[in-house]
Amino acid sequence: MARRRKRASEEKLKLRRTNREIMAVCTVVTILFIGILGYMAYFLYNDADTYRNNSYNSKRQTLLEDKYTRGEIQASDGTTLAVTEVDDDGNETRTYPFGRIFAHVVGYTVNGVAGLESQAASYLLESHTNPLLRILDALQGNKSVGDTVTTTLNVTLQEVAYEALGDNDGAIVVLEPSTGKVLAMVSKPDFDPNTLAEDWDSLVSDDNTDANLVNRATQGLYTPGSTFKLLTVLEYIREYPNSWENFEFTCTGSYTVDGYTIKCSHSAVHGTQTLEEAFANSCNGAFAYLGQMLSFSSFYDLCESVGFNQTWSGGVPATASSFVLDNNNSLWDILQTSIGQGETTVTPIFNAMIAAAVCNDGVMMTPYLISSVTSQYGDKVESFTPTEYLTIMTEEEAEILQGMMELVVSDGTGDDAAGDGYTAAGKTGSAEVSSDAETNAWFIGYATSDSNPDKQIAVSVIVEGGGSGGSVAAPIAKKIFEAYFN
Amino acid sequence: MVNLLLEYSRYLMLLIMILYTILNLYALRSLDPAWQNRICRKQMWLTFLLQFLGYGIIYLKTEELEMLQFYTIQVVVFFVYYMLFGLIYRHGSRALISNTIMLVTIGIMEQTRLDVSYAQKQFFYVCIGFVLTLLIPVVIRYMHVLAKWAWFYGILGIALLAVVWRTGNTTLGAQLSISLGPITLQPSEFIKITFVFFTASMLQKSTSFKNVVVTTIVAAIHVLILVASTDLGSALVYFVSYVFMLFVATHQPLYLAAGFGSGGVVGILAYRLFTHVQTRVKMWQDPFYDYSGGSYQIAQCMFAISTGGWLGLGFYQGIPTTIPLARNDAVFAAIWEEFGGIFCICLILTYLGFVLQMIWVSTWMNEMFYKLVGFGLAVLFGFQVFLHVGGVTKMIPMTGITLPLISYGGSSVLSTMIIIGIIQGLHLMKEKEVRELDAERRHEEQRHYEEQQRRREEQRRDEERRQYEERQRRNREDARRSRAGSEPERRTGRRSSEYVEEDGFEIIERGNGSSKKTRQ
Repeated sequence: MARRRKRASEEKLKLRRTNREIMAVCTVVTILFIGILGYMAYFLYNDADTYRNNSYNSKRQTLLEDKYTRGEIQASDGTTLAVTEVDDDGNETRTYPFGRIFAHVVGYTVNGVAGLESQAASYLLESHTNPLLRILDALQGNKSVGDTVTTTLNVTLQEVAYEALGDNDGAIVVLEPSTGKVLAMVSKPDFDPNTLAEDWDSLVSDDNTDANLVNRATQGLYTPGSTFKLLTVLEYIREYPNSWENFEFTCTGSYTVDGYTIKCSHSAVHGTQTLEEAFANSCNGAFAYLGQMLSFSSFYDLCESVGFNQTWSGGVPATASSFVLDNNNSLWDILQTSIGQGETTVTPIFNAMIAAAVCNDGVMMTPYLISSVTSQYGDKVESFTPTEYLTIMTEEEAEILQGMMELVVSDGTGDDAAGDGYTAAGKTGSAEVSSDAETNAWFIGYATSDSNPDKQIAVSVIVEGGGSGGSVAAPIAKKIFEAYFN
Repeated sequence: MVNLLLEYSRYLMLLIMILYTILNLYALRSLDPAWQNRICRKQMWLTFLLQFLGYGIIYLKTEELEMLQFYTIQVVVFFVYYMLFGLIYRHGSRALISNTIMLVTIGIMEQTRLDVSYAQKQFFYVCIGFVLTLLIPVVIRYMHVLAKWAWFYGILGIALLAVVWRTGNTTLGAQLSISLGPITLQPSEFIKITFVFFTASMLQKSTSFKNVVVTTIVAAIHVLILVASTDLGSALVYFVSYVFMLFVATHQPLYLAAGFGSGGVVGILAYRLFTHVQTRVKMWQDPFYDYSGGSYQIAQCMFAISTGGWLGLGFYQGIPTTIPLARNDAVFAAIWEEFGGIFCICLILTYLGFVLQMIWVSTWMNEMFYKLVGFGLAVLFGFQVFLHVGGVTKMIPMTGITLPLISYGGSSVLSTMIIIGIIQGLHLMKEKEVRELDAERRHEEQRHYEEQQRRREEQRRDEERRQYEERQRRNREDARRSRAGSEPERRTGRRSSEYVEEDGFEIIERGNGSSKKTRQ
């Protein structure tokens, strides 16, 4: 009897101990669940914006149009570039005070979304005013007004660039080299965002081959022509660090090797050229000759390391520029690629980034357009800082290229870019697209204010079918430099 | 106007869910059944209000009368079930019932929003589940022989899982279901219950090393077959509940460490060996790793919950149908998109309350078997919720598992209902226990009271006897004195407050007779 009682009490003791373990596991389960809650809060606070902004999420972004009135887009000085006007009946009209001038960069919201309207959609369609006020608004049936997006765009530069391109097709990109801020971005032919709804059908019809809606500055892939010689020179300097200064070539207007002939622009005869002179005069013969001395697998690596064949994350989205030559190339490919013809293609914005990187001592910044986001009442929501994208060359290499590019403007093909109040440097290009058409005129370069050495801008100008880069594109760059520095 | 209504109900629904959750946690404060019943009644009102708003919105958006019919039938069935359960099982757990009805309500509402034909099927399964929860408690309560069928559970489990693995239908690269005529079953949902019964039954017999080894081998076979069928979510759920049950039964933290240690090793091996495991991890690290292919689902989940934000887009105002498998494996993201993060936090707290309630019942059990069954099922349930929610929100790699009571799927709903039925059965045992304890306590109190009464009575009787004897003695003395012929002497030296009645006179003396009052 006593033994049985003892066993029963032991049994009870065991079960009580069991409860201790159960409570321990219970604690673990509770911690796991609290962990989920913590993670959810963290996700909403920290990561949610990134996912909501993702371009794949466009379906849900448009849903938000029902809840928010699109916020304003402003230039860097606060000038309104896009604003939604609401009439007494609650009808919304998106208006663009500058019309065609900012058409591509600001974008549109008719039949899809493009430009900043798309890129900044998550800010424009979210409000950071007091949440209680927003709930009150919603309960009264009013839409909240989305946040205001302030861009890096400079109204004066944009207007000057827009005028300077005139009736030509092409693109202009203006960057601040030290930060990557996009100061101006023009693409032509353009469209009027205020009347896009009515114009839409004719713009997208098969009869229209102008592709007005495409932003050529970020999506246009162009043959770089002689502007690419910048990278050919860089590769040559890297492969021949001790002897590049001894380079010499005698130009007779055309250069023939194994039955292939490369001509200089307008069959100009440059005579005996050093590397600097060949660069300044854009001597095709010298570069075709020099190109045969290069290792193309290492040239390919160089092009990848400066950003070809890839896109950057954040900032202004753009199509990847492309460089394809590797090993086992035909002689013709080598000759063509060395002078920027052949299969190499670049976007105007990427060409501007290369020029800006030379100016910025080799560091390529990620180009960006959105500088800050504020709520409807001006409270700061988010501000963006410059980010480095790639270091494409050493400071010493940058210094060499800076010297050569200055020579282009002071004594070479780019002399039309020179002006008062600033010192310019650059490279022209006249890219052949087909044998019977006029060449595309290129100018890429940068300029430094004479009074303030920290004040610099970089430009990339392309005029489709414009002819010679020196006589057509360089003067456009000059107008931009003068507008900025004077 | 409709938009304004939608906007109002959006905040109202959020408010209802918050209130419900607060009540849920408030109910844990006291274990008094009457108190809990009162709270549960309030929770039922909130549930019906939420459902009313939800179907109101659905009707406004679809304008189909069919929706209102469906709604009415649901209200009737839920109400009848709630009353019926209360009538049959006066001592069942009301908290469990109100939580079950709330989760099922949210589930069917969301299924209706996604695709009403699936919601109707789901409702049919729920009704069968309700009947099961009414029957199973009796079975658990009275069929004590259930504790002795260890090998039956083990062999049945392994055999069924193996059949599914070899011959099952392949969906999304995993062998999960078998077809029996018109119905498709997902046996792993049911085997998890027999798995818990097997483990509990084995470990109650003995926790000797030899028995633990045998049990572990059988359990490991279950898990490995699931891994081979690439049903990783279920494999994890089985594994975790087994390790915790072993720990509770043996009190041995070493088993816990060994269990999770070997689990980790198997996990790393699985990662090395199987490409589909690597893909899952990659998609977890980068949801855009294969956007047009495998990671489309997790990317859509991320879009849904990030766009939903804290407050949600409002019921029927988002596009949850773009999420692949929104009705089962990703239902949490679909709910988040429209109801919002705060609502989902409340939902998780409701699940937590549910699990704690289950675990709490198991601590009351007097037999190791029932303790382990209750505990094992609670862990199973809780961990499944964790895997689903964690996977969908990208906290952990996605395993593809259902959210109990909300995800679409007959097997999932029925197995969860069976689990709830079992827990209700345990709850009845617990209530019996509580009542017995109560009776014992009351008996004890009664005895105590009677004892006190008796003692007081005795004391009184003693006193009376003493006084009586005293008087007798005094009378005898007086008689002796009067016989001696002298007047009775006035007695002195009495205390000031004492008074004595003598022949109608009351004499009050203070001090040593310094003042006197006499009255006729």
